[in-house]
Amino acid sequence: MKITDRFSRGEFVVTAEVGPPKGFHVDELVAEAKEYLSGIDAVNVTDNQSSVMRLSSLGFCKALKDGGLNPIFQLTCRDRNRMALESDLLAAALFGIDNVLCLTGDHTKLGDHPGAKPVFDLDSVSLLHTVCELERGFDLGGNELVGEPPKFAKGAVVSPCSDSIDAQLAKMERKVMAGAQYFQTQAVFDSERFISFMEKAKQFGVPVQVGVIIPKNVGMVRYMSQNVAGVYVPDAVIDELKADKEKTKAGITGVEIAARIIRECKPYCQGVHIMALGWEAKVPEILKLAGL
Amino acid sequence: MLATKLKSKETIVSLITGKAFIINCHGCKEVGFPEKEATELQKELAAEGRVTGIFTTDYICNPENMKLRLDLHKAEIDAADTVLVFSCGVGVQTVSEYLETKRVLAACDTYALPGGQGVTPLEYDCKQCGECYLNLTGGICPLTACSKSLVNGQCGGAKDGKCEVDPNMECGWERIQRRLKMVGRLDALKCPVQIRNYGNEVDAAE
Ligand code: SF4
Ligand code: SF4
Repeated sequence: MKITDRFSRGEFVVTAEVGPPKGFHVDELVAEAKEYLSGIDAVNVTDNQSSVMRLSSLGFCKALKDGGLNPIFQLTCRDRNRMALESDLLAAALFGIDNVLCLTGDHTKLGDHPGAKPVFDLDSVSLLHTVCELERGFDLGGNELVGEPPKFAKGAVVSPCSDSIDAQLAKMERKVMAGAQYFQTQAVFDSERFISFMEKAKQFGVPVQVGVIIPKNVGMVRYMSQNVAGVYVPDAVIDELKADKEKTKAGITGVEIAARIIRECKPYCQGVHIMALGWEAKVPEILKLAGL
Repeated sequence: MLATKLKSKETIVSLITGKAFIINCHGCKEVGFPEKEATELQKELAAEGRVTGIFTTDYICNPENMKLRLDLHKAEIDAADTVLVFSCGVGVQTVSEYLETKRVLAACDTYALPGGQGVTPLEYDCKQCGECYLNLTGGICPLTACSKSLVNGQCGGAKDGKCEVDPNMECGWERIQRRLKMVGRLDALKCPVQIRNYGNEVDAAE
């Protein structure tokens, strides 16, 4: 089911992300997703996230779909040229997977195969354009597809707390121009920053889901704030995690912070995208606390 | 070896807003330059009164030489809205860095030919892509200044203005964004979706 249908009905759209395993045994992960994520609108499947090789996004999307979930096929331009990307999009259509999220992807040097060739034949913008071409019934070479063309809900990402905000907004506009119908954001820990970003981004008229990561402990958020692009963690969040060590260890503080960020951002956006990073079991609790 | 080919006449004419100062680089013998076509076109433009001056030189990729020589033409450059450079990609980048508040545009596309490169550029690099992007990027080559050679804007990896691949390298698209703002050409970021044509490398070898 296309998540764009939910946006157009004016619903506050909830998605979460799961990473495929480094291996091909998926039963446990699928069971976990069914238990904790079946109540939400869709589940993103990451594509060799952080340039670490795993089971393919498409393969795991199929497994989730067979398990009754609604997958979003994340597709990066790091590992495949335009022909391979187009083939995989057609395969997604074959499997009835109709949500895609188009990304450029991290550089190979950042991951566990630093010697691999970084492809980047296309990028997020030209990949969105490619999806639109397939929907018109043509491939990027201008050749006609046989039969009814595929149809996808086309998503993209943006970093609202980036220190390169002008460049990010310019890129967001290009993604909309190229066909992006919804956006999921990089993790937000500072609602104020997100709200002022939305002031500028709302001119594009495209739904935005605020990205939320559950803060697990001080070390994690410090590391992210210093090393992860587009992530900025205010001192108040760090202090809150420090305040009651037992509570933080039990995950309660993280759940409270995540739920609060959702509540604060909700009036300014059209949905939330939760990156649980292994804490999928906490997603229902967060949503309940956020009033969703 | 590399070769420069003129962009189409319509493209070049459309690049000039108001009047242009023209720079030709007949540089190194390793670069094939379309001298005859360039001269003809420049004569036409001059006859239409659209040129403040024409300056032909060599090795504009050498920043020191280039600065001294350009300073002699300061009045003509100031009188022009656009500086049109007929050279390989390295030459255009060198000029646009020096005249950083000026609209510096490339009139040629740079292709690779079998054989070695000419003068090895110190600060700028050109991959001879055959479809020069410098006019969309404020004279900064996105293929060599961005670790992923992105042609549609910044990825999500820049942190504190630095590239995700190398924290000692400034993000190329951060530089491009800043330069475009400085020269009042942010509209270049609204150009159609760009898709690389790797077939160009084959074309040049024919
Ligand atoms: S875009 Fe870069 S690589 Fe391509 S011709 Fe221009 S300077 Fe050279
Ligand atoms: S951080 Fe900047 S230079 Fe590095 S790959 Fe991304 S856009 Fe290119």
